[in-house]
Amino acid sequence: MNALTLPTRKAEEWRYSDIDALATIWPTPAPSRIDVAEGDSVRHHLLQDVGEGAAAVHDYVITIADGARCDFHVLNIGGKLGRVTFTVTIGSNAHFELNGAIIGGGDQTLEIITSVTHEKPDSTSGQTIRSILGQRATGSYLGSINVARDAQRTDAFQSIKAMLLDRTATANAKPELEIFADDVKCAHGATVGELDKAALFYMASRGMDPATAKTLLLKAFVAGVFDDVADEAVKDALEAAALAKLETLV
Amino acid sequence: MLTIDTLTNEIDGKAILKGLSLTINAGEIHAIMGPNGAGKSTLAYTLGGRPNYEVTGGTATFEGADLFDMEPHERAAAGLFLGFQYPVEIPGVSNLQFLRESLNSQRRARGQKELSGGEFIKLAKEKAGLLGLDMEMLKRPVNVGFSGGEKKRAEMVQMGILDPKLAILDETDSGLDIDALKIVGAGINAIMRKPDKAVLLITHYQRLLDYVKPDFVHVLAAGRIVKSGGPELALELEREGYAEVVAA
Ligand SMILES: Nc1ncnc2c1ncn2[C@@H]1O[C@H](COP(=O)(O)OP(=O)(O)OP(=O)(O)O)[C@@H](O)[C@H]1O
Ligand SMILES: [Mg+2]
Repeated sequence: MNALTLPTRKAEEWRYSDIDALATIWPTPAPSRIDVAEGDSVRHHLLQDVGEGAAAVHDYVITIADGARCDFHVLNIGGKLGRVTFTVTIGSNAHFELNGAIIGGGDQTLEIITSVTHEKPDSTSGQTIRSILGQRATGSYLGSINVARDAQRTDAFQSIKAMLLDRTATANAKPELEIFADDVKCAHGATVGELDKAALFYMASRGMDPATAKTLLLKAFVAGVFDDVADEAVKDALEAAALAKLETLV
Repeated sequence: MLTIDTLTNEIDGKAILKGLSLTINAGEIHAIMGPNGAGKSTLAYTLGGRPNYEVTGGTATFEGADLFDMEPHERAAAGLFLGFQYPVEIPGVSNLQFLRESLNSQRRARGQKELSGGEFIKLAKEKAGLLGLDMEMLKRPVNVGFSGGEKKRAEMVQMGILDPKLAILDETDSGLDIDALKIVGAGINAIMRKPDKAVLLITHYQRLLDYVKPDFVHVLAAGRIVKSGGPELALELEREGYAEVVAA
């Protein structure tokens, strides 16, 4: 992940990235490690809002011991390149939950990359990512779920939805499953859509101005991502940052 | 209030309205009837400014202003309300949020003060009560999971809250049970039967007209008003069918 040679877009996990922006901060810092001890439950969040034109890469390596749980909330909105990666290993009866939103405009490249490995039996994981992309922005989710031979009764889902506000914006969604156990439940879905034109006309017919109508629909689209942030101050900060970013796009 | 003069339009290059003229004055209630596919909903959508409903000729003047010069939300702020034949579902946006934003957008456009949360809830309660709609329904997402009749009733609550000058109601009676029809009819009268307001009802049946008595009835066929008359025309249509009446 942190090799000293600058990666190229030939590497699968850099395929949609902005290597020129990456070069400005290369080599990126060592990954942050989160080790959740047996039976523990932890919550983390990241608001990636680096300044305009800058690049930021946040790599997380997370291990979740038996019977433990990790909840992570991420809002990825800042910079020319904003990239957040998670390499997660889950023990038995353990759970990993990722809720994330990407909101981009201009010529931003914003990415969430995950590799979640279920190593032992009876573990679960959930990933919910909502992306809103306008102008010439590119938003990508690359997520692999790997279920080891011993990890029977794994239950994992990925729910990935993107909304494009302009024809020139791009959404990439690549959920991937690699399963070696046989008794496993994995669900993944990825959709890319646009604002519902019928809804926009209905709202206009009631007098709502277009910017208010679009903002309301977009808020509804990302609603839920930060619903279960436990710390109210953190929740408010994430929601306020998301709303402020949305308002720059409508 | 509304003067439509030789209106023609196209949807995706297909001509639908073919020279339609109609004048509606304040204090009047008009009903439009006509066969399926005649262009009744097209007329409503075109007046509302739905995208892709291209005006190819003619004019529409609403309260002295050129209707086609205004964006859809500006038409609403000017006092036009469209009751949809098929109300649209908006997941994730509650009726209350939807209506409060709509009303306050209208008020901003007219240079009026926005309503506070408390003032808005009071107004919503009053109008929901008028239409016999449970306030709990208004906390749910717009039209999502509503039955056909509930959607039509909710639309009339919207009309009550937005308090338009001219309401164009496209088959508001469809999907309503017998009791609901009575309540909705009374609601339309309570909200719209005023000297400074007007209503254009689009309907297939006399039933609604028993409750909301029209001053004028028009037959729309093949994109034009082909016959106009008083309330008796609706009865005649119901008895004899379009073919007979239009040919006569
Ligand atoms: N998007 C479209 N493209 C092409 N033709 C269309 C489109 N939308 C409507 N039409 C046509 O326009 C004509 C008029 O339709 P409209 O919905 O206005 O009829 P209506 O009088 O409201 O009928 P109903 O009584 O069944 O509601 C119909 O022939 C319909 O098929
Ligand atoms: Mg119709």
